[in-house]
Amino acid sequence: MKVVRSIILGLASILLLSTGLAQAQILTDEAAAVASERGLSESDILAALKTYMPSGELDDYVMFSSGGQSGQVLVIGLPSMRLLKVIGVFSPESWQGWGYGTDAQEILASGSDNGVELTWGDTHHPALSETAGDYDGQYLFINDKANARVGVIDLRDFETKQIVKNPVANNDHGGAYVTPDTEWVIEGAQYSVPTSGTYASIDEYNEEYQGMVTFWKFNREQGRIDYDASFAMELPPYWQDIADAGKLVSDGWVFLNSINSERYTGGFEEGKSPFEVGASQNEFDYLHIINLDKASELVAAGRAETVNGFKVLPLETSAAEGVLFFAPEPKSPHGVDVTPDGKFIVVAGKLSPTVTAYSFQKIQDAIAKGTSEQDPYGIPILAFEDVVEAQVEIGLGPLHTQFDNQGYGYTSLFLESAVARWSLDGSSGEEPWTVVTKTPVNYNVGHITAAEGDTVSPDGNYLVSLNKWSVDRFVNVGPLLPQDLQLLDISKSGEQMQVLYDMPMGLAEPHYAQIIKADKLNPWQVYPETGWNPTTQAVDPIAAMPGEERIERDGDTVHIWMTAVRSRFNPERIEVKKGDRVVWHVTNIERAVDNVHGLALPDYNINLSLEPGEAQTFEFIADKEGVFTYYCSEFCSALHLEMAGYLMVSP
Amino acid sequence: MSPNSEQNSAVKRKARYLPSLFLGLAAILLVVSIFLPYWQITLFAPQYPGGLKAEAYVNRLEGDIEEIDRLNHYIGMHPLEHAARFERSMSIIAIATFALLVLAAIFVHNKWAALLALPAVLLPATFLLDLYLWLRNFGLNLDPSAPLSSSIEPFIPAVLGRSKIAQFGTLATLQSGAYLALAAALLTLMGLFFHRRAYKD
Repeated sequence: MKVVRSIILGLASILLLSTGLAQAQILTDEAAAVASERGLSESDILAALKTYMPSGELDDYVMFSSGGQSGQVLVIGLPSMRLLKVIGVFSPESWQGWGYGTDAQEILASGSDNGVELTWGDTHHPALSETAGDYDGQYLFINDKANARVGVIDLRDFETKQIVKNPVANNDHGGAYVTPDTEWVIEGAQYSVPTSGTYASIDEYNEEYQGMVTFWKFNREQGRIDYDASFAMELPPYWQDIADAGKLVSDGWVFLNSINSERYTGGFEEGKSPFEVGASQNEFDYLHIINLDKASELVAAGRAETVNGFKVLPLETSAAEGVLFFAPEPKSPHGVDVTPDGKFIVVAGKLSPTVTAYSFQKIQDAIAKGTSEQDPYGIPILAFEDVVEAQVEIGLGPLHTQFDNQGYGYTSLFLESAVARWSLDGSSGEEPWTVVTKTPVNYNVGHITAAEGDTVSPDGNYLVSLNKWSVDRFVNVGPLLPQDLQLLDISKSGEQMQVLYDMPMGLAEPHYAQIIKADKLNPWQVYPETGWNPTTQAVDPIAAMPGEERIERDGDTVHIWMTAVRSRFNPERIEVKKGDRVVWHVTNIERAVDNVHGLALPDYNINLSLEPGEAQTFEFIADKEGVFTYYCSEFCSALHLEMAGYLMVSP
Repeated sequence: MSPNSEQNSAVKRKARYLPSLFLGLAAILLVVSIFLPYWQITLFAPQYPGGLKAEAYVNRLEGDIEEIDRLNHYIGMHPLEHAARFERSMSIIAIATFALLVLAAIFVHNKWAALLALPAVLLPATFLLDLYLWLRNFGLNLDPSAPLSSSIEPFIPAVLGRSKIAQFGTLATLQSGAYLALAAALLTLMGLFFHRRAYKD
C-alpha cells in the first residue's frame, strides 16, 4: 500500500514538474522570440521588467515635476513614468477650468498688479512640505522664476490654493525650498534690480541694485503663506542662485549660491564682454550662509525696513548682527544641497569640474573664530580652507546633487551628459569623497532627483535625470523636441546604475522635481461633502444645494443656483436681460468617484471642472444679446450630450 | 399522589425552564435584529470595482443608494426610498411587539401560546415575500419615458442569489439581521414544542 502511494506521488510530482517546466519553456520561447525580433538585450528586458506596470497596478512613488514654461506642475508615477496629472498653477489650464471663470481666476491673477495680466509662469523648483525634515505629503510649493512668485498646492485635492507675488524681487531662482518643518518657504531672487521697483541707472549698479532672498512664513493650518509674517533679506547684487535649507544639525540656517560676484553689468552691444564672460571672471563666487533663526528674531524685534509694504532686513543690519556670512565657492556654481545628516553643504561647480563639500561644523568654528576678510558691503568672508571638508573631482559641468540611503551622492554633469555617483564621508563603505561610477544620460542633464533624495532619510531605489536635450531618443516631431526624463535604478551599490526608461516630456521643460513615496499621499477621491468650496476647503454657505435650485432676480443682478448630476443641469433654461449681472452658483452633487461634470459657457469664455461635491461661483455681465448654450464639458455618462441648457439674453 | 407522578411533575417543572429559555432568547434575537441589516444586494459593473451596495434594514436603506438611484433613473426605476415605506415605518414597533408576544407566550400555558408566537415565526418568510413583491413592483413598473426604457425589458431582480440587469451583475444575500430572525423563528418553534410538553396535562 505504502509503495503504491509513493509511486503515485512520485509520478504526480514528475507530471507537475514537467508541465511546470513546459509552461516556463513556452513563456521563454515566446518572450525570447519577441526579444530577438526587437533586438532587446538582457538589460533591456530587465529594465522592462522593472518598469512595466500591469493594468490596475499602482506606482510606488509619485514625482512632482516643475512644468517649466508651462507654468504648471506635472505629476508622474514611478517606476512606470506615466504622466498622472498636470496641475495648473501660473497659467490657465482649461481641463481643470483653472482660470476660466471661478476663484481660480483671482488666484491666477495674483501678481498681475503692475497693470500687465500675467498668464504664464516659469516653474522651476517644487518643494514638498516637510515635517522633521521628511516629506509629509500635505503641500507642494513651486516658484515662478519669471515673475518672482510662489504657488501653494494643497495635496488633498492637488489644486493650487494661493500664489504670492514677491513685492521686492523681479524674478527668482532660489526657490522654492522649505525649512525642515515647513515654517519658511525660501525664495531667492536671481537677477539683481533696485528692489523698490524704481529706476536706477546701471552705472549705479553697486549702490542701487540689490540681491534678495525672501522667507515666506507658511501657516500650515490655513494652508496659506502668511504674507504679513514673511520678510526678505537684502543681499549684495551678486545674482543669487539656487538655495537649500539646513537640516538636523544645520537646522535654522540657509545656504544660497551666487554667480555674479563680479557685479558685471553687461553691455555687449557697446563692445563690452557679454554677461557670460563678464560674470565668469572670478575664480570664486560666494556661498551665502544665512542664520535664518537670527534673521527672523531681528525682524520680530522690528529691525526690518519696509519696502513696497514688505519687511526687508537691511544688508548693514545682517552684516552687523552676524546673520550673513560668505564662503568662497568655485566658480559660478550652480546647485547647493545639504546632505541628509545636515553636516555638509555640497556645492556643484558648474564651471569648475568639482563638487565642494563644506562642513557645517567648520563653518560654525570659523564664524566663532572670526575673520577680517570682508566683501565691499562688509559681509565677513570665511576662509575657503577653514570651511571645506572635501572637494571631489567629479567631471565637467556639475549642476545638482541628490542623495540616497547608501551613503552616496549623485551629481548631474551637464557637459558630460552623465550622472556621477560618489561617496560621501564614508558611510557607503567606499573610500570617502570619491567618484564611484558614472552613467551616461541622454542628453545635457539639468536637475536630477532621487526618491526623497533631499530629505533627512532618502529612499534610494530610483533617480530621475531631467535631460534638456533628447536629440535622437524619440520619433522626430519637429524642431521643438520633447525633453527626456530618464529613470535610473540606483538600488544597487557600486558601479551598477542602469537607465531603465525614457519618458518624453512633450509639453514643457521641467527643471527640478521631487519624488515622494506614494503611500505618504492621502488625497480625497471625492470632496468630503456636497457643496464643497475648494478655495476655502469647507462647505460653501452660498453653494447651490439639491432641492434648492432656483433663479432669482435682484435688480439688475440675476442669481442662479444650479446643480449638476447625471445627466442634467437644473435649471436648464435661464433668461436674463442684456446688461444683467449674472451670478452663477453651481454644484456637482455627485458622490461617485470620477463622476466629474464640466460647465462650459463658451460665449463668455467660461469652463469649469466640477469634481464630485464641488461648488463654484462665477459671474459675468450678460453684455452679448442672443441665445447661448451651456453644456457639460466632461464626458460624464451615456446621456452626456443631453446635459446642456440655454442661456437666453434678451434685449 | 403516587411516587411515580411526583417524579413526573419534577420532570415537568424542570422542563418548564426550556420554553422560557427558548422563547426568551427568541425575543432577544428579534429585538437585536432590528439593529442589523436583513438583506443586501450588490451591483457589479466594470466601472465600480468595489460594487455598489444597498443594505436593507427593517426600517431603512443604507449603502450606495444615491448612486444606485442615479443609475436607475436612466431606466425609469423609482427611487429606492419609495419602496416599502409603510412596512419600514411600522417595522420597529411591529417586531418589538412580536418579541413581546413571544415573551407573553411564556406565561400563557395553553394552546393560545402558539397564536401569540405565530407572528415571530412568520417574520422571515413575510420579510422575503414583501421584498420580492417590492422588487417585482419596481422592476416591472419602469417609467416608459426614461432615456433607456427602450433598451431594457422590465425585470425582477433575484431576491436571493445572482441575476443580471443590463451591464450590472447582482448578488443578493441575507444578512445578519435576517439570520437572527430565522434563528428566532426556530427557537420560537422549539420553545412552543417544549412549552406544549411542559404544560400538557
